[in-house]
Amino acid sequence: MPRRLWGLPAYYFGLLALLYLPLFVLLVFAFNDGTILAFPMRGFTLRWFEQLFATEALMRALRNSVAVAVGSGTIAVVLGACGAIAFVRFRFRGKGTFMTVALLPLYVPFVVVGVSLLLLFSVIGLPRSLLTIAAAHTVVSFPYALLILTARLVGFDPHLEEAAMSLGANYWETLRRVILPLIAPALLAAWLTAFTVSFDEFAIANLLAGAEPTLPVYLYSQLRMSARLPLVIAMAGLVMVLTLSIFFTLVWLRRFVFRVPAAGTVRAR
Amino acid sequence: MPGAESRRRLWALIAPPAFWLCAFLVVPLLLLSAYSFRAGMSGAFFRDWVPTLENYRILFATPSFFELLAVSVGIALVVALTATALAYPVAYYVVFRARARAGVFIVLLLIPFWISYLLRVMAWKLILGSSGVVNALFMSLGLIQEPISIFFYSRVAVVVTLIYVWTPFVTLPILATLYRIDRSVLEAAASLGATPAQRFWRVTFPLSRPGLIAAAVMVFIPTVGEYVTPLLVGGSTGAMYGNIIQDFFGRSANWPLGAALAVVMLAGTLLLVVATSRVSRVEQYIG
Repeated sequence: MPRRLWGLPAYYFGLLALLYLPLFVLLVFAFNDGTILAFPMRGFTLRWFEQLFATEALMRALRNSVAVAVGSGTIAVVLGACGAIAFVRFRFRGKGTFMTVALLPLYVPFVVVGVSLLLLFSVIGLPRSLLTIAAAHTVVSFPYALLILTARLVGFDPHLEEAAMSLGANYWETLRRVILPLIAPALLAAWLTAFTVSFDEFAIANLLAGAEPTLPVYLYSQLRMSARLPLVIAMAGLVMVLTLSIFFTLVWLRRFVFRVPAAGTVRAR
Repeated sequence: MPGAESRRRLWALIAPPAFWLCAFLVVPLLLLSAYSFRAGMSGAFFRDWVPTLENYRILFATPSFFELLAVSVGIALVVALTATALAYPVAYYVVFRARARAGVFIVLLLIPFWISYLLRVMAWKLILGSSGVVNALFMSLGLIQEPISIFFYSRVAVVVTLIYVWTPFVTLPILATLYRIDRSVLEAAASLGATPAQRFWRVTFPLSRPGLIAAAVMVFIPTVGEYVTPLLVGGSTGAMYGNIIQDFFGRSANWPLGAALAVVMLAGTLLLVVATSRVSRVEQYIG
């Protein structure tokens, strides 16, 4: 083995410190008793967290975001499962085209996806709303769902399906009682990934939001009002807890789904 | 299994996602392309559609659009290459040195990426802004008399923020490639007398090149179309190409011209993807 390089661990932990510094600062200010986000600090308080739950607009934005993320995540996973099974288990013409189109959102800048959908909805006369945001989010989280599920399906033996069918199960029964349970961890991983893609997404939501904002859209509108910032930061703390619990679930699931460490926790943008 | 039966199953499976992708991805992008050849925004979409090349003429006749496009491509290149370069040693450390703790080290790296992007940028404002931590510290030490804004509201701020945001993320595709390197190849090189440096530059690094390219592309594409980071930290001088697109679809309300700008960006990124797809594909590193 080559000699030890002390520089590498130092570099790793240095980078880690830089990555965690802003999170630490946010947490500190969430408990700071003052509306001005600057040093010196004022003292410890929990009042931002109390006000948080009393701020109707904020809670509403949070509910909107959860609804959009649950809805778009569910649709993306159902469609992704259909697509992945078709892709892995069937041979058909246009297979390559299907995959290319499905993965396109990974390659198209979000601003282009956003304005093209804005155009679509204005052409068909659908006003901007949470529904239009959710539709957009299904498209951008679909590639993740499809890839996660495809990876899982490739990994198990098609003879299991044949066995089930030769024992008298019809195809849809086999899907429901053999394939779906086998890919259940991947379904959950795909759903959680899609959920967070949507939950955190701002660039598209900002273009497609109507009167009802999602949480990132609301947070963005509040960034200019300094009196509201401590509240927003307290909110950030809560959201952190939510997304981190999702993340750790994914890490835990990963052991059932993937061989390469941390694959399946990849999420662009 | 009988062919007709199998065909019906395939259709039942493929039709819903295919329909959805057509409706919300393919059709909108086609509409966008069509709209970029439209004269003005008035009237019914199809009935009053007058084909014109005017938007593209304006686009090509306006140097500031191209300057901004060049700036965006430049920013995206700098960000992609820097983030990839910064991430490589981290991935190398995790794969080849961290051993049993590799899983924990990866998780530690990924946690910040799961915190809302808006909030991370806001946190940097708290640290480096004019009333932030750094300024407060310097003032209390008597180093400066008035707050200085070394960081915020400039093009440099946009670049630094984007590098910061993307570096932990690009570690992942690089990790995946490094994990795929067959250790016995390295052992073979060693037994043939290669020094550690030779082993790295002539075995490990060339083998990790596809992952590095995928990583750079994964950063380049979202970055070249950025409009949010410039809004947050760019100030009046930090605008990017994406900001004009957003502006034409928002306040300036010139959708046909905005569509033309978006089509140029779309064509450019797709060309890049096709050009790099022979060497490496981004989707191999997701899922």
